Amino acid sequence: VTVARHVVARVQDIPEGGRLIVTLQGHSIGIFHVRERFFAVLNRCPRKGAQLCRGSILGYLEADAPGELRYDPDRIMLQCPWHGWEYDLETGESYVPRSRIRSYRVDIENGQEVAEELRGGQVQAMDDDRATRAELGLGRSGPRVQRGPFVAETFPVSVRDDYLVISLPGRVRDTLEET
Amino acid sequence: VTEAPTMSTVALSTGSWTGPVIDVDVHVTVPDSEVLLPFLSDFWIEFVHESNLRAPPAATQVYPPGAPTTCRDEWRPADGSPPASDLAMLQRDLLDPLRVQHAIINCYWGIESIRHPDLSLALARAVNDWLAEEWLARDSRLRAAVVVPGHDPNAAAGEIDRMGEHPGFVSVLLPTRSMRLYGNRLWHPMFAAIARHDLVASLHFGGQSDGPPTPVGFPAWFLEEHAADTQLWASQLTSVIGEGLFEKFPTLRMSFLESGFAWIGSAMWRLDKEWKGLRRDIPWVRQPPSRTIRERLKVSTRPLDAGPLDHWRHAIGWLGSDDMLMFATDYPHAHDQDFQLLLDATPDLAHAGIMGDNARGHYRGL
Repeated sequence: VTVARHVVARVQDIPEGGRLIVTLQGHSIGIFHVRERFFAVLNRCPRKGAQLCRGSILGYLEADAPGELRYDPDRIMLQCPWHGWEYDLETGESYVPRSRIRSYRVDIENGQEVAEELRGGQVQAMDDDRATRAELGLGRSGPRVQRGPFVAETFPVSVRDDYLVISLPGRVRDTLEET
Repeated sequence: VTEAPTMSTVALSTGSWTGPVIDVDVHVTVPDSEVLLPFLSDFWIEFVHESNLRAPPAATQVYPPGAPTTCRDEWRPADGSPPASDLAMLQRDLLDPLRVQHAIINCYWGIESIRHPDLSLALARAVNDWLAEEWLARDSRLRAAVVVPGHDPNAAAGEIDRMGEHPGFVSVLLPTRSMRLYGNRLWHPMFAAIARHDLVASLHFGGQSDGPPTPVGFPAWFLEEHAADTQLWASQLTSVIGEGLFEKFPTLRMSFLESGFAWIGSAMWRLDKEWKGLRRDIPWVRQPPSRTIRERLKVSTRPLDAGPLDHWRHAIGWLGSDDMLMFATDYPHAHDQDFQLLLDATPDLAHAGIMGDNARGHYRGL
């Protein structure tokens, strides 16, 4: 399987509880920073195509009987802003039968590694256009959205920083396509 | 004396079905409070006489004696006594000709319309003892629903515990118009007792709640109250699903008697749809509500709610299960649609279930 790897941001660019929405290979993808972990998912709800990554980040809530709530803040759910369906950010799964979202691998790499991979063509950098279109959402629910650029101005790569690298199946495409 | 208008002209039959049946909704009527005196203590006997209590107020409000829906014409006793108050008539009119293997008798007498908490319990106990002695003990085909007071869930639980081990009782009769929606947690002691004795919670048309008989307000005519009843069923179904009654009591089974069923498919769709988006409100509901409904709820076949065959067949298909329907005559009440309509609208393979096996799997000891 061909995999295209994109370096999208410095780790410090996405504060805790924030999400960065970028376009990679024609797909809008949200990268989330929640409880010291990073997740990347396709910014599209399977229900009706809403921009899922603009939804709230919630802990998982379950119960065996009325009122006996168990709240798990470490199992993180993304709730669609349109119809409220929830998806597990880690697995992409929902409690709704046969509904799941696409999730992507996120690696944290140090600047030196990234710089070498950029030279060797193993990872792709964000170009200015994409970086400008990127959006940063702050806050777990009802995120306040800021427009980019967020990443372009951080290049060239600094060896002192750590970077987020997203892996997508498929070949690298040069043209910027909107989903 | 004016005669009630004729509604039914042909004797009730099961159409092309010639096998035995289980009838899950047969009514018997307390003809007069006098028959309960042997089952009341001296104090309550005096009370009944002093207050001239013949019947709780809801008894005749829910089933107006002269209304054509209250009794099939050929089942009205010639001597003017209340319909369904005589075992010999029940045997002759229903149990024998329809090859009834078991009939579950639901004695709706409007006890929930009595606000006196002790009287309401005393009458419920007397009715249950009367059912055991005058009906269950005299025909082994009969089973019965426990009658409970309507405003005191703990007292209801106590009465269920008292009767629960009697093998003749297989369910608990709960009027649809209850003082609160049955999903409400204040009912938990009563449903715990129902589940503890492996009984079925049988909701039945009728009752007299603290509010009007439609969710919006008081209608003007009996017809409106009768027809608008569907809204109460939908409210109760939504409540017991939403408030997690079936998760709280994992073995609890429920019957809807006289609810009709053509409406249930669309109600399930709506519940499933809202659950997908609003599950967070009710996280104890861990699977689509339609699945829980199909697993726990069965519905009687009176009224049939039959429309044009093609459309009605779809409406039954929307239940998504051939196991939800249970044959019932609603004796002695009059419904003018022929059971053959139901047999025509359902697959042949489903008929054995509808006419008996579904009930056998639902109620204990059938």
